[in-house]
Amino acid sequence: MGTLSERILGGSAGDFVDRKVDRAYVHDGTGVLTLMALREMGAHVVTPARFHVIFDHIVPANTSLTADLQSELRTFAQEQGMCFSDVGNGICHQLMGEGEVLPGEVVAGADSHTCTLGAFGAFATGMGATDLAGIWASGATWFRVPETIAIRLHGELTGAAEPKDVALQYVSLLGMEGATYRAIEFIGTGAATIPMHGRLTLCNMAVESGAKTGMFFADAVTTAYLRGFGKFADMQETEPCTYEREISIDLGAVRPLVAVPPRVDTVKNAAALAGTAIDQVFVGTCTNGRFEDLARFAHIVKGKQVKVRTIVVPASRTVLERLEREGHLGTIIRSGCVIGPAGCGPCLGAHMGVIGKGEVCLSTANRNFSNRMGVGGAIYLSSVATAAVSALNGEITEPEADDVR
Amino acid sequence: MYAEGKAVCIGSDIDTDLIIAGRYLRTKDRSLWAEHVFEDLDPALRKRLNGAVIVAGKNMGCGSSREQAVIALKEAGVKAVIAPSFARIFFRNAINIGLPVLEAEVACDEGMIVQFDIDAGWVESHGVRFAIRPLSPRMRSILHAGGLVPYWRARQ
Ligand code: SF4
Repeated sequence: MGTLSERILGGSAGDFVDRKVDRAYVHDGTGVLTLMALREMGAHVVTPARFHVIFDHIVPANTSLTADLQSELRTFAQEQGMCFSDVGNGICHQLMGEGEVLPGEVVAGADSHTCTLGAFGAFATGMGATDLAGIWASGATWFRVPETIAIRLHGELTGAAEPKDVALQYVSLLGMEGATYRAIEFIGTGAATIPMHGRLTLCNMAVESGAKTGMFFADAVTTAYLRGFGKFADMQETEPCTYEREISIDLGAVRPLVAVPPRVDTVKNAAALAGTAIDQVFVGTCTNGRFEDLARFAHIVKGKQVKVRTIVVPASRTVLERLEREGHLGTIIRSGCVIGPAGCGPCLGAHMGVIGKGEVCLSTANRNFSNRMGVGGAIYLSSVATAAVSALNGEITEPEADDVR
Repeated sequence: MYAEGKAVCIGSDIDTDLIIAGRYLRTKDRSLWAEHVFEDLDPALRKRLNGAVIVAGKNMGCGSSREQAVIALKEAGVKAVIAPSFARIFFRNAINIGLPVLEAEVACDEGMIVQFDIDAGWVESHGVRFAIRPLSPRMRSILHAGGLVPYWRARQ
């Protein structure tokens, strides 16, 4: 009996527990520090097959320094026999969500958006590089079993609203620190209506409210998705448990929303911001760079031309290949967009698509902190549909049901 | 673990991008992070950090998991960070590199002397003592060792 976190971690909220980590991963940004810490510890990697090293943040390398750091980490990962994924394969959270992480697992990632994988009913949380070095060295780490906030979903999304709009809505309801130290569980009849890609979007943004992780119960949707990757998993049954707090969202009432810079919890109706000038649109990231996202984007821009520079970055090579196979890639290219290599793209403001001083970007990412995508630039966050119609109009525009049909 | 320092006051929801910007992450040179710490928040802050105790508002260190943020503060000479609440990855990272983080509600006056004792569980300024939310025994041992690396080495 307990919340999903309590059941997976094996303790009651507030307990400190030591747990074996089923899967741990670092990326090119955090992996270098992890390797440094491991060497300083004088330790070695215990179970390389459970650890992934994924190059996604600055890919391909932009400077000699980045290239040297990547080369050192690449060599190490390969020598150790860790699961290594090189540039262009995709974002760590996406790759771990393509049949790697399974329900009930304990997952640690050296990146704050590791919470994305809670969508499978795993306990997945972000940590720092030194924590990951400790996991490489021992295969385990300590956790404080979190209290849980339940987000009860009712009804079904309508019109042009997407799971991303639900994510912006709950982050604004909770506030940027409303769930600090807590886990979020998405429950209720509405949860079953959200497809896997949408669950990943919802869990991805849990950390924007401070949460340790966001989780869905593994159900028929989860197991069907995993079967597509050749993995079999059991469903998770709900049990009576104590939530610290419960908020409820009527999916049928969710409208397209936009987070206004520089806070992700300052959220307005897209309609209220209509006409806001933008310099760049960015569609992609671990929040919204999945196949269904980019296919929806392609559907909206098909046969039209974007009015502002628009960068589209698939979350993984698998996404890119499927877009190509199903004809969406050509549609996106012909509409005037720039396609970036699968990975984080300009999300962290280090590489390819950085914005200039005074420039405004409308992005499908999860963070709009000051200067994140470039010094002096401002970031609005929205769904894919809002980004697509805004790209076509050159200004923030609310998508209509007809746009997405 | 007793220590004291001069307070440097910063606001609420200070994210890790503001502590150390993404453009400086790709290096192994820890002094570079200290050099650019808080650059996008207030470049003048850096000069006041040596020997300082940062007193922040709620949700300190939110955002990315970048450990460079806590390393930058430590390398810049920060003795401790006090805030009513921390983002959890930042909190864990700070302990892992041996930077004391104290969860307490302290009114900040720039330059005031702040004293604290993590084991005894208090922080004091202007003669007023505040309780800090206790750390787990494990976190305290890691902090005492000077971080997870020395903690680990000592246990080999
Ligand atoms: S896409 Fe953005 S938010 Fe996601 S892992 Fe990459 S940098 Fe982080």
